[in-house]
Amino acid sequence: MIEGITYFFTDPIAQKVILGIAIIGAVSGIVGTFSFLRKKTLIADAISHSVLPGICLGFMFVGTKDPIVLMAGALVIGWISVWLIDYLSSSTKLSEDTAIALVSTLFFAIGSVLLSVISKSQNAEQTGLKNFLFGKAATMTTFDIQVFTVTSIVIILIVIVFFKPFQLVCFNNEFAKSIGVKVKFIEFLLSTLTVMTVAIGIQAVGVVLMSALLIAPAASARYWTNRLSIMVVLAALFGMFSSVIGVMLSTMKNNMPTGPWIVFALFTFTLLTLLFAPKKGWFSIKRRNNSNQKKITEENLLKTFYQLKEDGNSEVSFHDFLEKRAVDTHSLERDLKRMVKNGFLTKKNKTFTLTESGKTEAARILRSHRLWELYLTKRMNFKEDHIHGTAETIEHLITPEIEQQLLKELDFPRSDPHNKEIPY
Amino acid sequence: MGMNDILTLITALLIAWSCSLLGCFLVLRKVVMVGDAISHSVLPGIVIAYLISTKFDSIFILIGAAVFGVFTTFIIDFFHKKLKLQEDASIGITFTWLFALGVILIALFTDGNADLDQDCVLFGELGTSFLDKIIYEGRVYGTRSMLMILPVFIIVILFVIFGFKGLQIMSFHEEYAKSKGINISFWHYTFMSLVSITTVMSFESVGAILVVGLLVIPPATAYLLVTKLPSMLFVSCIVSSIACFLGYYLSFKLDVSLSSMIIVTAGIMFVIALIIKKISSNLQVKSNIK
Repeated sequence: MIEGITYFFTDPIAQKVILGIAIIGAVSGIVGTFSFLRKKTLIADAISHSVLPGICLGFMFVGTKDPIVLMAGALVIGWISVWLIDYLSSSTKLSEDTAIALVSTLFFAIGSVLLSVISKSQNAEQTGLKNFLFGKAATMTTFDIQVFTVTSIVIILIVIVFFKPFQLVCFNNEFAKSIGVKVKFIEFLLSTLTVMTVAIGIQAVGVVLMSALLIAPAASARYWTNRLSIMVVLAALFGMFSSVIGVMLSTMKNNMPTGPWIVFALFTFTLLTLLFAPKKGWFSIKRRNNSNQKKITEENLLKTFYQLKEDGNSEVSFHDFLEKRAVDTHSLERDLKRMVKNGFLTKKNKTFTLTESGKTEAARILRSHRLWELYLTKRMNFKEDHIHGTAETIEHLITPEIEQQLLKELDFPRSDPHNKEIPY
Repeated sequence: MGMNDILTLITALLIAWSCSLLGCFLVLRKVVMVGDAISHSVLPGIVIAYLISTKFDSIFILIGAAVFGVFTTFIIDFFHKKLKLQEDASIGITFTWLFALGVILIALFTDGNADLDQDCVLFGELGTSFLDKIIYEGRVYGTRSMLMILPVFIIVILFVIFGFKGLQIMSFHEEYAKSKGINISFWHYTFMSLVSITTVMSFESVGAILVVGLLVIPPATAYLLVTKLPSMLFVSCIVSSIACFLGYYLSFKLDVSLSSMIIVTAGIMFVIALIIKKISSNLQVKSNIK
């Protein structure tokens, strides 16, 4: 394994392959970001299936695997497929997903008919054409990589020049239209970029799986940032990283197609991101929900304490609690234990009392609750029996600043609509 | 026409009919891409089944592979609903990954074995399916692919006939079906399992990508031409039958891949239907203006 890795950084052929695949991965990440944000990734899938006949026609036309001719073929057919999907879903009663599936399989079938025609011809070069199905990075020549580099530079330049309109079209199509962006043209440009990316990517990844390289890096990047510019850069890095790892994995065994391994690396990376990304990942959302939930429960319990104290019980037993709040015994025990640890409560002979900090906190919650109730009746003309529910929710969200504003607005009131004292 | 031609044609027709009947509901319910995803995702299941049983025979293991297809819909839902990834990307990532996994398994574990290679995965081996005949006491009972798809075809027919009401109400008015107390998820998962089984059983003959063509092109053609569900099912079967006959003839004449040619023929018929539809609606608009 280690031998394999050092081999990649010393062997000139391997270096060439790595360079090529890194370019492809990066460009796919960049272009895929826009497809992803426009929710058009399945069209990217259709495009990558559809370019197969383009490549075959290009090959039949010149009889060699000239990357420029093959790319031109892919580009023309890719455009036709995009146009056809658009036409079918807008001008007939077929839905978009039907149009996508129809065009991609039909074009793929045409491509495979052409492949079997080509395989009948005696051209010695035709054997390599099947590599376009699942990809074979090792077959990239120096000339291929030069073509890829030039194409990538063109793509990146277009993205830089048109970054603003792209952004507008991705996030707010209608607004873009209203301020005079030529949305049709921008959409055409974005499809063209996708087709170009597919055209350079298929040699390494193959037409069958190319769409993953467009979707996965963008999907991962989305979980790390909210800014488009950062997202584009991240997607490029993720695409590059996963493709290189994929190619390395594919060398474990001779004569392996590279595409599946790249997809495998991409998927693993994306899954890890979706689960573990800071802020937006599954686990951090879970954790945040949990801690919010804990805070709300604590605040509710403190409030109950305060209310019981208002009724004249300053020492509260476990059973008084259960009567007042509908919670199960087990979780109540756990919550109370935690609050004793936090210093909000003290426990003596099976009864609980509020500490000083507990009192302040409980008063704050109750104040928020009652202020809000008062605000609803005074300023919003709510009926008194309609206000408790919303106040139950909002009391946990009111910040000290909002509290100050409410106090000022209501002129430091003494009691709430139910004639209970507002604690200060 | 010799016996081999007839056997191949019967296999093709059984696959085409099963797919075009189920496809109608996929098209109507706008879940074609989920069908597409399933047809790709059953690959690892098939490869594992193949590795365990060494031959394609064991029906039970193939049912297991079909479960993989339903599993796909679960994974897509997990990504979409739990991990909050947008739906199109969830579909795109899930099926490419499972398909890639299948291809990797093939490359790793089935060295130079002619029965299951990357070509078969993509295009199937319908054209040579007649080589594998089931012969009992000197009489030919059919080919293996044919006998694999026959029970599926019967199940599909029975499902469509007896489940017609449920399928219909679900395809046109899901909310109404819910309000009527129809168990939507039961119908959904039964239907998707059937799509999955059909894909697995047709897989060896037509491959993972072209089976989608049979699921979507004939129903889409029928959808353009007619409006009632029973006639849509009927027209869809007619279209796929013509595609089989014509495709068979053309692939023989031109000496090209049979399953691809069937799809291409169906595609040509779709284009013709589209043109007819456009011309007739143009004429209608003109006469309305007059």
